[in-house]
Amino acid sequence: MSGAAQVTKRAKYKISVKDPGTPGALRMNDQKLMFMPDNRNSGAKLVVEFKSIQGHKYTKEGSNKPPLINLANAQGGSYIFEFDSYADLHVCRDFVSKVLEKSKETPNAALEKSAVKLPDEQLSEEEMQLRIKLLQENSELQKLHRQFVGGNILTEAEFWAARKKLLDIDPSKKSKQRVGFKSAMISDIRPATDGRTNKVTFSLTPEIILQIFAEKPAVHRAFLNFVPNKMTEMEFWTKYCRAEYLSRTKNYHAVVAEAAEDEELAVFLKEDDILANEVRKKIRRVDPTLDMEADEGDDYTHLPDHGIFRDGTKESNELQSEHYRRTLLQDLNRHAAVVLEGRTIDVEREDSTRALAEALARSKRGNEGADNNANEERLDRTPRVAEIEDLQAPHCLPLAPLSIKDAREYFDSQQANTLKASRDSQASMKCSLSRQEAYGSVRDAISEIKDMGLSDPIVNPEVALKVYSGLTHNISSIKYHLGKNPRETVLDRLPSATKEKLLYHWMSIQELLKHFWSSYPITTPYLYSKVNRLKDALSNIYPQLEVYFWPEFTAFA
Amino acid sequence: MASAPSKLYSDDVSLVVVLLDTNPFFWSSSSLSFSQFLTHVLAFFNAILTLNQLNQVVVIATGYNSCDYVYDSSSTGNQSVGNGRMPSLCATLLQNLEEFMNKDEQLGKQEPEGRIACSLLSGSLSMALCYIQRVFRSGLLHPQPRILCLQGSPDGPEQYVAIMNAIFSAQRSMVPIDSCYLGAQNSAFLQQASYITGGVHHKPQQLDGLFQYLLTIFGTDLHSRNFLQLPKPVGVDFRASCFCHKNTIDMGYICSVCLSIYCKHLKKCSTCGSVFGQAQTQSDEPSATNRKRKTTDA
Repeated sequence: MSGAAQVTKRAKYKISVKDPGTPGALRMNDQKLMFMPDNRNSGAKLVVEFKSIQGHKYTKEGSNKPPLINLANAQGGSYIFEFDSYADLHVCRDFVSKVLEKSKETPNAALEKSAVKLPDEQLSEEEMQLRIKLLQENSELQKLHRQFVGGNILTEAEFWAARKKLLDIDPSKKSKQRVGFKSAMISDIRPATDGRTNKVTFSLTPEIILQIFAEKPAVHRAFLNFVPNKMTEMEFWTKYCRAEYLSRTKNYHAVVAEAAEDEELAVFLKEDDILANEVRKKIRRVDPTLDMEADEGDDYTHLPDHGIFRDGTKESNELQSEHYRRTLLQDLNRHAAVVLEGRTIDVEREDSTRALAEALARSKRGNEGADNNANEERLDRTPRVAEIEDLQAPHCLPLAPLSIKDAREYFDSQQANTLKASRDSQASMKCSLSRQEAYGSVRDAISEIKDMGLSDPIVNPEVALKVYSGLTHNISSIKYHLGKNPRETVLDRLPSATKEKLLYHWMSIQELLKHFWSSYPITTPYLYSKVNRLKDALSNIYPQLEVYFWPEFTAFA
Repeated sequence: MASAPSKLYSDDVSLVVVLLDTNPFFWSSSSLSFSQFLTHVLAFFNAILTLNQLNQVVVIATGYNSCDYVYDSSSTGNQSVGNGRMPSLCATLLQNLEEFMNKDEQLGKQEPEGRIACSLLSGSLSMALCYIQRVFRSGLLHPQPRILCLQGSPDGPEQYVAIMNAIFSAQRSMVPIDSCYLGAQNSAFLQQASYITGGVHHKPQQLDGLFQYLLTIFGTDLHSRNFLQLPKPVGVDFRASCFCHKNTIDMGYICSVCLSIYCKHLKKCSTCGSVFGQAQTQSDEPSATNRKRKTTDA
């Protein structure tokens, strides 16, 4: 623990705020605080354990009051100390709050202590915190931990060894779920038009900018190239917005004229060549073993006569003009593709647009590399997969043939075994007759019947009645005991307290058995002692179960 | 193997293949005498045949050394023999049974050693299944078959594999195996058989009321069982017996290739010849076969 283990300051002990107070020295350590008055005879000596202190209050610096600290104890009384300066007050206050915090955690202190007591393992602070957090969150786990590790049946390391999966989660590495792009096309920015001054105002937020970069890689590239070399960000966006505005007007010829004038503007109006490239690559990557004719003709987004143009016209003009038009379908598809790809960077993290653009470029490059590898793999796999079965050599897989021995051998050898005494045959009645006698008696019985005929009545009526009522009782009692509801288990019919106890015992037995069986084979004395400990714990459970449950079970049966 | 429902004859026509235990060593030491037993059983057969004109009963005797068909109600060669004191069913059956016992005695040479010898249940089960298969293949019209096992002799662990095979093939053909155990202890094989194939298992408490038990529980045909409540056993003994010694075991080793069960660790599987990996050397390995012994005694 950082900080002083003990604090000593001059202070005045007051019974109440108005009390002038007895001057003296106040000393505080981990366990208690002691006040020693200057005047030994005044009798205001004070020794208070921190355990009995519930809370503390103090006066704020800056108020006109003198620096006081008020420690409230469990019985409702309070101890008030006045310090010489606020600096002293702060020191004492910090110390007191630290001690009180530590004492508040005593239920977990036991956990911490047992977690800390690891002579074999070097645990980082982080891992310990994780363990403590897991135990606090999961009360079942805490019960098990307390019972076994606290009861010295299992060590800490063994307990957690079975739960590696829980400990593996590194909370810092857990990525937060990011909000995706909006489905609405916010990059389709509409300006605010001001009728009076004939000005058109576009507003761009970082979110919109990110979407623009994601959907239009040509603009992204232009941004990286032009800003800040050729023009400032403001100029860039002005040009972009102008391009957008122009393309939305029906005045097609103005668009062409402006594009011819201004190179940079033309970039925004031209067809996005990066996109076109990507689409072509995707088409090439389609697995030819699929029964589809995938070729360049499928790049329908760049075919003439496809889709409705942005400005609502349906005619198609000369080829050159194709470059300056985007269809609604193209935009929608592109937007949908971007939304589904997901977001890889957080807008808030990037300070400037430039940083945003760079981050996006980086993430794209990373994806590209992976794509290339996947592509190569796929190309390698294709010839292997598209086998023509007739032309292949027969597959000789390196398997050892399964040789099941001739079954007759097995059954014949059982003749010898039939004479061996089975350990489980609990025949209480031994046959005392010899073979001949036995067969003779059976034959006699058959002859008897042949002569006498079947007995009359076949079954005595009272016996029959008894049998019948016994059977019906049996059937109805099974129904009673097992319940009409097939999903209802025996557990549900027990009172809930018993059920919980049963489940708790079950859980602890499972845990013990898991550790017991995992320590076989016993190769070290450590394992041997561990197994003995577990065995003792297991044998302790039996009498517990009997004591708790025997009366209930007998009533149940 | 087509599914049984497609070959329905009529809802409640049944073919009952009865496996009659004729182990003389059991019957000579049983509280129910063999003649009484036969009385109950013969009356029961008559009752089944009167339930429906088309019902059929086939009786297979499970002997000590052999098994054989003893009676088939559908065969036309049932001549009335002997005096007219009993229906021809009984007379024929008794005649055949006597002949069977004679043959069986001839076949066996050794005395049983102390305990009660077990009868050849696996053999009669197989014969019953073969008969039923023949019935299945006879055409579309046939009764619904089921097997009734009247057994008193204890389980023979050496027959475990054969019985389990028979049970599984019965399950596959959807033939229920009902079992009525007349001996002193419980029969794990019969419990398993009834459980797996969907039949009824019952151990009568009062053997002199056997006829009543048979009629109430085992006389019901398969269709009626959908809406009748028959006694259900509370638990089933699922223990297997090991392939090497035929002992009944709770815990053992299983070959991962052919699933044969062994009671102790082997280097090589004796059924399929697979070689097992290196075992951990354990000097005080607790025996897995005897569950009553505590594992760590040290």
